[in-house]
Amino acid sequence: MTERDFLCLTPFLIIAIAPVMIMVVVSVLRNYKVVYGFSVLSLLAAFGSIFFVLPSIPHTIEPLLILDVYSMFFLGIIIISALLVTFLSYDYIKQLEGVREEYFIIIFTSTLGASLLAVANHFVIFFLGIETLSISLYILIAFQRSKSNSIEAGIKYLILASVSSAFLLFGMALIYTAIGSMQFGDIVAALTGHDPLSLLVRSGFGMMMVGVGFKLALVPFHMWTPDVYQGAPAPVSAFIATVSKGAVMAILIRFFFIIKGFNNHYLFIVVSGISILSMFLGNILALRQKNIKRLLGYSSIANMGYLIIILLTGSNKGIQASIFYLIAYFFTTIGAFGVIALLSTNEYEAEKIEDFKGLFWKRPFIALVFTLSLLSLAGIPVTAGFIAKFYVILEGMKAGLIVLIISMIINSVIGLYYYLRIITMLFSTPSEIKLPKLSITGNITIAIVGISILVLGIYPGWLIDLIIRFVSL
Amino acid sequence: MILIYLIVILLTGAFLSWIMGKRNQIWPRIISLVTLSIDLILIILFVLQTVPSNKDWLIDIKLDWIPAFGISLHLALDGLSLVMLILTFFLGIISVIISWKEITSKVGFFHFNLLLILAGITGVFLSLDLFLFYFFWELMLVPMYFLIGIWGHENRTAASNKFFLYTQASGLLMFIAIISLYFVHGLATGSYTFDYLQLLGTEMADSTAFLIMFGFLAAFLVKLPVVSLHNWLPDAHTEAPTAGSLILAALLLKTGAYGLLRFIVPLFPSASVNFAPAGMLLGVAGILYGAKLAFAQTDLKRLVAYTSVSHMGFVILGVFSFNELAYQGVVIQMVAHGISTGALFILVGQLYERIHTRDLNKMGGLWEKAPVMGAIGLIFSMASLGLPGLGNFIGELLILIGAFKANILMSCLASLGLIAATIYSLRIVQKVFLGNKNTEWKMNDLTLREKVVSASLVIAILWLGLFPKPVLNAAKPAILKTLNKQKEITFQNPGSKTIDDYLILSTQSFLTTKNTKKAQSTQSHCINSLCSLCSPL
Repeated sequence: MTERDFLCLTPFLIIAIAPVMIMVVVSVLRNYKVVYGFSVLSLLAAFGSIFFVLPSIPHTIEPLLILDVYSMFFLGIIIISALLVTFLSYDYIKQLEGVREEYFIIIFTSTLGASLLAVANHFVIFFLGIETLSISLYILIAFQRSKSNSIEAGIKYLILASVSSAFLLFGMALIYTAIGSMQFGDIVAALTGHDPLSLLVRSGFGMMMVGVGFKLALVPFHMWTPDVYQGAPAPVSAFIATVSKGAVMAILIRFFFIIKGFNNHYLFIVVSGISILSMFLGNILALRQKNIKRLLGYSSIANMGYLIIILLTGSNKGIQASIFYLIAYFFTTIGAFGVIALLSTNEYEAEKIEDFKGLFWKRPFIALVFTLSLLSLAGIPVTAGFIAKFYVILEGMKAGLIVLIISMIINSVIGLYYYLRIITMLFSTPSEIKLPKLSITGNITIAIVGISILVLGIYPGWLIDLIIRFVSL
Repeated sequence: MILIYLIVILLTGAFLSWIMGKRNQIWPRIISLVTLSIDLILIILFVLQTVPSNKDWLIDIKLDWIPAFGISLHLALDGLSLVMLILTFFLGIISVIISWKEITSKVGFFHFNLLLILAGITGVFLSLDLFLFYFFWELMLVPMYFLIGIWGHENRTAASNKFFLYTQASGLLMFIAIISLYFVHGLATGSYTFDYLQLLGTEMADSTAFLIMFGFLAAFLVKLPVVSLHNWLPDAHTEAPTAGSLILAALLLKTGAYGLLRFIVPLFPSASVNFAPAGMLLGVAGILYGAKLAFAQTDLKRLVAYTSVSHMGFVILGVFSFNELAYQGVVIQMVAHGISTGALFILVGQLYERIHTRDLNKMGGLWEKAPVMGAIGLIFSMASLGLPGLGNFIGELLILIGAFKANILMSCLASLGLIAATIYSLRIVQKVFLGNKNTEWKMNDLTLREKVVSASLVIAILWLGLFPKPVLNAAKPAILKTLNKQKEITFQNPGSKTIDDYLILSTQSFLTTKNTKKAQSTQSHCINSLCSLCSPL
């Protein structure tokens, strides 16, 4: 490895070294605040180092990693989301009994796995990243050991994720058998000119799609989502919905665009089928949910359904749209789960719709951010979600994906119904439920998220310009 | 810049009243009143300063918003939007005043929503960028949803959900249509833009034009509403607080009508002519069916809501008649309906405050108790049935004359609506103010505040009925502009479409003579005689 290689890997090194240092510190001195502060600083440093790295990219570390603007964008999104989740976790984790400092160590390892996915150029890194991410997530999901449904969710995720990893690995093996290389570039070279793909390669892609589909919670691999979202601590649900999904999306987009999957009839049908199924099933199952965490889980299924439309556009503009969509979706999801996390205590998780009855009249500020998040998920103007949906629709229509876009529109209306139900609840007459006191960090985080949703909704021009200027594959 | 100020002032007022609402109840009301008055004064000052000119747009301002997609902050004002804006601010002030005693909880947030809706409506009337238009179109939905859902009557939740889902679903269809238009224009010319002025005159195949127009129509016809898509309206109107009903009936419905005039006709000149027979039929169906339903109601507020369906039928009929007379009628009808139906809703609200029921069968003989209220009720019932001398008469008559030129049968059927209107309007007076006392109510007459509101509305409707010329003059250039677009296309490719023969014949013959002196003098004669007809009253 050269000096330049190391330079380019600074953000990764920071994310990798930080948990080790925390481990050392924890073995000497257990202090929640110190560990928390150190985590925040390290994440900030990692984010800052991206700008430090920028001048020396694009850069490829043969044969495993590729560092380009696209991956840096994703890396930035992932780190910011991890940072916001860390902010939200402060109060939530603080009140748990038993050891708590390890939570931040695992946040780091999972973030490391996620960031690896953003730069992977080889099946090995792909798999390594996904496994690092998954194994950390098992622990995070089951972090509230005293709660039975937290453990249940952890085990569910453990078993299903292992199975899906097996599928992914088997798919990679099949492709390796057919082509003899695991580097993305070689795979493309071997595939060009073979338009019906050989059976081996096709089954390989199919198996990989199962693995990736599981991680993104796409129908029909979505069964784990509601249970895990419900059982996991609220900040961890936010982490799964943002960091984990975003990273997998990053590699999926890169891989799909490199192999030009959109030109392949077989993959085209598979992806559009999955997309339509995810939208409809996700939204329809959410309609009658009474538990907000489950509801958000189903809504995330639908949202991933919207997002993979982008895969079929086959243009850089599509990728740009997907990045904007992800940014908007991340803020929105963190806002929604953040409010749940802030209102939950160790004894009582605020997850039923009734728990939010009349929230607006008791805690106007967080209820407002919650409303904004829900409106953003529904894609109503003034929020980031609207511009994001508009961007996806625009690129989808440009690529002529009329059926998919029409399904997306229909689903937006279905989705509206259950988001409205929550909003109505927020504004109805308050109930007698006692609410916990809100901390300053929580309020600030929520404020950041709320303002970001508004800014991206009202004045998104600068971000879109930025993305269009720099991001391409 | 004045156009941006108008919206910014409203938004600032909205946030201010929300913040100040935490202190006490009086501040939000005063702030709202002041912001709306500033806007009204600004726009009136502007009217007084402006010299009449032949420019298409009195003010036109364009700033970049999202340049990557060709989206700009393009606001412009012409006569039509001017008239609608004055109506908006005037009724905005009224709605603040009538809520003075009615709304007592969460006052700050109420006025926040009220001003936000008005800002959205103002934006809709001013936008000349389709994306911006959609943005404002949706912006007025959410606060309206809250207005119905928080301060409404018993079934408010269901009503507000219904309202939101109907309008949002149809709005999304329009959104798809807007994006399609963007691509059709972009592919044809190479410049991708949402700018209205550039999208005007986009060449497209008849079938494409029809599909895209359908998306726009969906949004506008649901808002208007047209019969069969009107389901949300009675619920929303009935359950909303008085100010909400007033804004819904007087302003929100008008955005649909405005959309037809501003977008459907100029953007799809030939497709809209093709659609005209169906459009006129929908209009007539609305007039008659709405009137029938209105007659059948026992809930007074619901009754008034259905009269809206009937009155807006005239607007649809007029829009699809494609001639100047009808369009002038449409403008007058929009304003007059806003004032008269708004006044009726206010009346219902005042009654409800006093006797806590809207059931017609429990009312009766209230004239003795509240003669002033009775008189006001009588005036606006008369306006609703189209009595000469009041605004609605001018609007409906002009529309009927215009429609007669386009389609005699439809016009005749529509005029039956006037009889139906007489029946239901008289029924209001009969059931509420005259007749037997079904229940002995204890109630007092209008207070000074209510008298002022009612008086200003009476003056407005009388002014519109006796001297409609200022409104007609203001809107005339905008109407001619809309019709000219129509004319160019109709002449460019005559015979290329399958249209109701009679319609195209009449449209063309009318348009050919439109610019001659004779035709103009006929028209002005027509209007003058209308005015002289009213003057004895």
